[in-house]
Amino acid sequence: MSQSITTIDFMGKRKVAGVISIVLVLASLGLLGVVGLNRGLDFTGGTLVEVEFTTAIEPESVRQLLEGAGFQNGLVQYFGTDRDLLIRMPPQDNTQQADMGGEILDTLRETYPDVVMRQNNYVGPTVGEELTNDAGLAILAALVAVMVYIFFRFTKQFSVGAVVALVHDVLLVLGMFSLFQWTFDLPVFASVLAVIGYSLNDTIVVSDRIRENFRKIRKGTSVEIINRSLNQTLGRTLITSMTTLFVLLALLIAGGEGIRGFATALSIGVVVGTYSSVYVAANVLIAMNISREDLLVPEKENTDSAMP
Amino acid sequence: MARSSGLVGESLLGVRKATHRPPNTSSLGRYLFILFIIGLGMIYAAPNLFQPDSALQIKGTSESSPVDQRVLDLATDALEKAGITVKGSELAGATGLIRVESNEDQLSGQDVLKTALGPNDDFTVALNLAPTTPEWLKDLGAKPMSLGLDLSGGIHFLLQVDMEKFIGDRMESNQEGIQDLLRKNRVRYAGTNLDGRQLVITFPSEETRDAGEVLIADQFVDFRILSRDVAGKPGLRLTMLDNKVRELEDFAISQNLQSLRNRVNELGVSEPLVQRLGRSRIVLDLPGLQDSARAKEIINKFANLEFRLVASPQARPSSTETYMYEGANRLLEKANIVTGDQVTNAQQSYDQDTGLPQVSITLDNDGGRHMNEVTKDNVGNSMAIIFKELKVRTRTVTEDGEEKTVPYTVEENRVINIATIQSALGFRFRITGLELGEARDLALLLRAGALAAPMFIVEERTVGASLGEENIEKGQLSIVAGFSLVLVFMLFYYKGFGLAADIALTANLILLFAIMSVLGATLTMPGIAGIVLTVGMAVDANVLIFSRIKEELRERPPQQAIQTGFDRALLTIMDANITTFFVAIILLSIGSGPVKGFAITLAVGICTSMFTAIMGTRALVNLMYGGRTLEKLTI
Repeated sequence: MSQSITTIDFMGKRKVAGVISIVLVLASLGLLGVVGLNRGLDFTGGTLVEVEFTTAIEPESVRQLLEGAGFQNGLVQYFGTDRDLLIRMPPQDNTQQADMGGEILDTLRETYPDVVMRQNNYVGPTVGEELTNDAGLAILAALVAVMVYIFFRFTKQFSVGAVVALVHDVLLVLGMFSLFQWTFDLPVFASVLAVIGYSLNDTIVVSDRIRENFRKIRKGTSVEIINRSLNQTLGRTLITSMTTLFVLLALLIAGGEGIRGFATALSIGVVVGTYSSVYVAANVLIAMNISREDLLVPEKENTDSAMP
Repeated sequence: MARSSGLVGESLLGVRKATHRPPNTSSLGRYLFILFIIGLGMIYAAPNLFQPDSALQIKGTSESSPVDQRVLDLATDALEKAGITVKGSELAGATGLIRVESNEDQLSGQDVLKTALGPNDDFTVALNLAPTTPEWLKDLGAKPMSLGLDLSGGIHFLLQVDMEKFIGDRMESNQEGIQDLLRKNRVRYAGTNLDGRQLVITFPSEETRDAGEVLIADQFVDFRILSRDVAGKPGLRLTMLDNKVRELEDFAISQNLQSLRNRVNELGVSEPLVQRLGRSRIVLDLPGLQDSARAKEIINKFANLEFRLVASPQARPSSTETYMYEGANRLLEKANIVTGDQVTNAQQSYDQDTGLPQVSITLDNDGGRHMNEVTKDNVGNSMAIIFKELKVRTRTVTEDGEEKTVPYTVEENRVINIATIQSALGFRFRITGLELGEARDLALLLRAGALAAPMFIVEERTVGASLGEENIEKGQLSIVAGFSLVLVFMLFYYKGFGLAADIALTANLILLFAIMSVLGATLTMPGIAGIVLTVGMAVDANVLIFSRIKEELRERPPQQAIQTGFDRALLTIMDANITTFFVAIILLSIGSGPVKGFAITLAVGICTSMFTAIMGTRALVNLMYGGRTLEKLTI
């Protein structure tokens, strides 16, 4: 907790960071293209039942029991404890689909009379499809809104920088979910949008300082000024990321299975977002040749001549 | 837009400068204002601290069976006899509320009351979570947030109204109407048929077509002519006007909403949510309910009654239909005397002579009069009662090369009774010929009113009571743990300023709960995640201010550093929060259920954290450090 400001040469490593970011983004894109996301029930449609048994249970035995009763291609896995099972069925043809959860429960109760229904969800195929479209649209809308706002509030370099940073963050979070095949459901999607909000917060704080310093400091190169700004905001960036990670940790540990995906996505997003506000957004500024002239305050009370 | 940050900061907080106050002090008015807001926040957040009671809600199914003190006493006696402790009972209008100890008592209590309050289903017993808000808070209009289904347990349905079928039926009746119109006016036509939402009429000549067109344009104003020949021959291709289609859709939805509300009340759900979503969908949330099979039976049942005369053998074939009854074909008039829509009340009971289930029916004014007129003229003839049911089936179709399962409805009509009209019937009569379950459901459905159009379930989520309770516990724990971690960290890292930030953060949490409660927002698990996240991120505004002050301290004396720190940080805070607010609004506009809960908390959290950091922390710091000479400032 020293009073002195760090003097890390962030931008000296900007090329290395740039390469790392590009590789990570390409890897994420590749993963998303080849492996894809393990989309949850909200997006695929189908039936999902969570049941709790009185004693520990083997998922395989339940799977066989269900298969014997005519429920094909089901996925049975532990959920939190070894007494909790999650049973997921793809949308199936020619059945009263909305009743399948109930039928599965009835089948289980014949063998395990004490089984407790924890949740029973059915999502129709059209609903899932619509959600996929809406979700994509929402992310696009968020990015465009951000780009427009920053363009008016700052300059086009900052606007591009912020959006590149956001796309970077979203792709890396999605890439992680694809790599580990964690379930991507509605809460996780909400969390991705929250990542946009969070990372944006960081990027704007840094951008704000860069703009201020460009106006205030009359000597020094762009790289020097950006370095100085990053160092000045580093304390704040780290502390805020840390407190946010604290609460996410609380959610991860205490929040239960239902919220785990959400907290995981945001935790990754906070780490990636912190990195991107330092390296991605500022990197884009330099790549787009930001200069003091771009940020000069227009001549006071002389707006006519400032608008050619 | 581009102005220097220093300028904006000064202009926003400039009032203070003009009054020649010592540095970093706030006026008494400002302190009072902040205290007032936080006081209000405490009052409106307070109801959330009181755990709701498990309760049973009793309602009468018709006006003839209101819930009064007698019924309430009967109910409490029955509960106590069954060994269930009654914490309290109260009467609000025509509704009785009995508070019990636990969720288990509530469930077994519901069964006890169902038998105790009489077999004639005069009353419904619903599970309820009764708020325990103290009277003085209630008087101020304070109420707790309601719990989402993931916390309270219950069933969520998303229903798709079958508009194809509904509009199709309307097209058919218009087709018949146009045929009648042409026939009455002796305009010859070759044939009519329906082609999706288009009605095609072919004519033998151009003259007949023109004559028909004039008649149709005059009488069927809801139709638009698309073309005046059909496959090169004279004919008319008509389609319904878009605004008429919308009007019909609106009608179908509102009728279905009304019917669903009534049905859900009959099911015994105390605070259901029944809401239109988009053009053709309905959201139905049933908190506390666990039996989704029973819920589905009732909400999605499309059953109705039709009363028709048995046709005489001389009747014109086009006005009659053939039905099977007791193994024989019977010819019935197509026209209904009355239908279930004209029923104002229906109760299931048992025939005193035979002991068979029966349904006592009361008709509305028009229906009663019409029934009386028709039966008066037809004494000695027979009347048939048709039980109509729509059932959902699925079929597989290939669309764009992909196999898809599509639901559709089939109509099942069954004659349940044919009886000779002994005398003129009036407003009240009884019908027999149904199984017990059918009679009971029919009575319920007739009371609730028919659905205008059939519906499919496109989404269903049932959350078990145990999961709900567990979610509440986990949610509380995460808020407490996350909040404490942040408080301790801030205090440790920023000392005195950290204390100011901690108080501001606590105020932030109180205001967040208060605003959410006042807005009537529903608390869900993602909403809790939103609260926890808001706590983590609300720190940011404080951190921004403090690190700025820390920096300024290197160049300026303490008081000036505090002043400049706050001013400079303000613009950054605004910029950062406004953009995040955008994202929250976008989430709010696209999201359903869980996403919405998260978005609302995020949006409200941004507003409250800006207030508490900019106004609250400032006031506290002024109070702690302002107006005196500071040699050194530790931050």
